[in-house]
Amino acid sequence: MPRFSPGDRVTVLDLGKPGHVRIPWFIRHRTGRIERYCGAYPNPEDLAFGRPGLPAIDLYRVHFPQTDLWPDYGGAASDTLEIEVYDHWLEPAEPLT
Amino acid sequence: MTPEPIGYSADAVDPSRPVVEGHEGADYYALMTEALHKILLEKQILAPADTDRVIAALEAPNVTWGARIVAQAWKDPSYKARLIADGSAAAREMGYTIKEAKLVVVENTERLHNVIVCTLCSCYPRSLLGQPPWWYISKNYRARTVREPRAVLAEFGTSIPADVEVRVHDSNADMRYLVLPKAPADADGRAFEDLVGVVTRNMLIGTEIVEPYRSP
Repeated sequence: MPRFSPGDRVTVLDLGKPGHVRIPWFIRHRTGRIERYCGAYPNPEDLAFGRPGLPAIDLYRVHFPQTDLWPDYGGAASDTLEIEVYDHWLEPAEPLT
Repeated sequence: MTPEPIGYSADAVDPSRPVVEGHEGADYYALMTEALHKILLEKQILAPADTDRVIAALEAPNVTWGARIVAQAWKDPSYKARLIADGSAAAREMGYTIKEAKLVVVENTERLHNVIVCTLCSCYPRSLLGQPPWWYISKNYRARTVREPRAVLAEFGTSIPADVEVRVHDSNADMRYLVLPKAPADADGRAFEDLVGVVTRNMLIGTEIVEPYRSP
């Protein structure tokens, strides 16, 4: 069972890992919501070093308003970005108050 | 409270470092690849035909394959529904096997425009569309499309009205993406092969549109 479901609010962690990491800087520490579950895949951070990357890790697409990613975003307020994030880079976001 | 990020760039250690396009710094690896290839040929572990076969396989996929999927979706609403539900399975129906990853198809509508970028490298549905265009790999496109997508689209001559959402898809991991462009207004009356000819590579990435968006 994947840990998150579509619509769940999640925050992207900053694990500070070097190497072949698939989580770009601009989404770290940012909160978005799960758009879909993509399945489980071998961890690319291990595959890059010739290791099997198993057990496979759950992968999600996470949806962000652009204005939450870039405080000075110059486009429309409704613009968004979606990006894939592996489970170990996510934590549940604090509930909205 | 989560702490603020250090910066927006993996170059945060030196944000003033100039961005260098192209393969500068990769000469060593190019030379090593060439040397290894030569040794494998000399030791008869590899034959020249083996390399030719791999290159031919890499070059076989092309934009027309993606265009045929789009034209089919424009002609057949039930195919379109299957394509959006499971891009890889719907591509297979048309005879195309997506080898490198799962295909996610994102649909442009009157209110939504999608554009694809891979910020970290150059992920692209190569087994369907072939090799990506040079600008897709450029650091300029990769850095700016997530940061100022409307400015990038404008440079492609693609203007998106402010009341149409621009959604950027960062192809950063195990999915590959295809934009389903909005069909031309007269699509219903046009033949399949004619519609295939309407679709360009840039439309499948989202930097070009078939017809301008109309504000309501």
